Amino acid sequence: MKLARDTWLIFQRQIQLLLRNPVWVFVGVFQPVMYLLLFAPLLKPALNAPTQAAAYKIFVPGLLVLLAIFGGLFQGFGLIAELRAGVIERSRVTPVSRLALLLGRSLRDVVSLVAQAVIITLLALLFDLRVFIGYLLLAYLMLALIALMTSAVSYGVALKVKSEDALAPLMNTVAQPVLLLSGILLPLTFAPGWLQGVAKWNPFSWSVDGVRALFAGDLSNDKVWQGLTIVAVLAVAGVFWAARQFARSVR
Amino acid sequence: MIETRGLRKSFRSRAGRETKTVDAVRGVNLEVAEGEIFGFLGPNGAGKTTTLRMLATLIEPDGGEATIAGADLRKDPAEVRRRIGYVAQGGSTWDESTAREELVLHARLYGIGKADAHRRATRALDAFQLSEYADRKCKTYSGGQRRRVEIALGIIHEPKIVFLDEPTTGLDPQSRAHMWDEIRRLRTEGMTVFITTHYLDEADALCDRIAIMDHGEVVAEGTPAELKREISGEVVLVGLDAATTPHAAELLDTEAYVSKLETADEGGLRLYVDEGATAIPQVLRRLDHAGLELRSIELHRPSLDDVFLTKTGRSLRES
Ligand SMILES: Nc1ncnc2c1ncn2[C@@H]1O[C@H](COP(=O)(O)OP(=O)(O)O)[C@@H](O)[C@H]1O
Ligand SMILES: [Mg+2]
Repeated sequence: MKLARDTWLIFQRQIQLLLRNPVWVFVGVFQPVMYLLLFAPLLKPALNAPTQAAAYKIFVPGLLVLLAIFGGLFQGFGLIAELRAGVIERSRVTPVSRLALLLGRSLRDVVSLVAQAVIITLLALLFDLRVFIGYLLLAYLMLALIALMTSAVSYGVALKVKSEDALAPLMNTVAQPVLLLSGILLPLTFAPGWLQGVAKWNPFSWSVDGVRALFAGDLSNDKVWQGLTIVAVLAVAGVFWAARQFARSVR
Repeated sequence: MIETRGLRKSFRSRAGRETKTVDAVRGVNLEVAEGEIFGFLGPNGAGKTTTLRMLATLIEPDGGEATIAGADLRKDPAEVRRRIGYVAQGGSTWDESTAREELVLHARLYGIGKADAHRRATRALDAFQLSEYADRKCKTYSGGQRRRVEIALGIIHEPKIVFLDEPTTGLDPQSRAHMWDEIRRLRTEGMTVFITTHYLDEADALCDRIAIMDHGEVVAEGTPAELKREISGEVVLVGLDAATTPHAAELLDTEAYVSKLETADEGGLRLYVDEGATAIPQVLRRLDHAGLELRSIELHRPSLDDVFLTKTGRSLRES
């Protein structure tokens, strides 16, 4: 009860500040939109897809997962600004739930990610992408869990390193291989065997496959529930680890 | 209201490959009474902030115990949090929020209901003369206004004790005077106020009792007057010509109120007395009687800096 109330308070505040400066939502969506408009048209011939729509069914899921991963991983920078302003310390002298300090922020990130995903999906509709709405919502759930995990981890790391200079290279180093090993831009079916083997250990490659199956209308594909389960478990673990950092962080 | 026994904290910091241990606080014993303004006076790096952050439950002590407003710091930090307010040294407001939003949110984090939080925010804005700017973003405030918002945040839940870490550092003289009035008002309202400062005049003028801190230890504790009296009493500087000085010294050395007499380097005499105000007329009368001509007479009351100098061998002004 207290957790829900405290989380709502933090979430409300964060959303209010986000809406005061909504330009960030659009800045975040700018790059994927560019990919959608300027890169995706190359895919039909490159992937040997029968139609433009078929190519988009493969490409858009990857783009959305990419957005969820990166959108989350870089939220730590905002937290470092809050640390520096003393806002976190001010919260930590109150009896507010430490888990709520994290969840309120991460849920804002989830909401802004879903808003961005909707923008991308709507644009893709213009290119003849069609997805059944129920499957689309399941895909959004997967994206939400990914964003929850990556933003929580980013907050936890931010509280540990406490400086942008340390956070930026760290996040980039993690994000690059994760990105390449998840078949986000092109499906890993094109990859040599050893690369596919390595990618199996990347949780995001499972979620990309899951979202692709959903976009293809293939709910019975095992990748769907496997992907969801993997990210759900990781999200819970990430949230608890990061909440611990809020409880013990120094300065 | 606050009682600490042997509070300790050290930090390990890494500089390159070496790890260095800094003993920031080394066994602090304090007693702060209800309703007083208690001051922690010490130079930068003395360990004031670290002590306050331990008392405010932000960092865990390495050792020692403390009872704060009746709650045990080690066993029940959650209860301590409910009973205290804390205003950090480096600020605590967010540029893009307004004072009212900050106050309402902060009150709500203490579990206060929405309507009540709004009422309290309005009242606090009034009390701290912030109503005019209440709905402007914090980044537009002056240093003094912002500091007042932060103090208002620290007491929005009406704590029994409020910790203010260097509340006037960086403020111009007028804002400082204003802030002193605000802090005195808190005491009038029945709050116990624990401030840290490295300003001698602030400790002297504002605090009922002070503890002088240096290198992580409390080196002296008492009311400013007690501390000053303890070290030397007052000094009367008597300006005389070199020729008459020995004679005057002979005369004054036998006076009962002079506890010690020295010849000053610059000529003349230094008389150590208990109370300068009553000693001066007697000195004047004695010298006049003997027909000795006086060039000047001056009373020197010891300052807290003299106290600091006696206890640490350094001047606080220089450290
Ligand atoms: N988080 C920390 N990590 C390492 N050293 C610290 C930390 N906080 C304070 N110190 C060190 O502890 C000592 C006391 O600092 P502080 O309590 O801030 O002093 P003051 O508030 O009296 O200026 C200083 O030497 C400071 O460098
Ligand atoms: Mg300090």
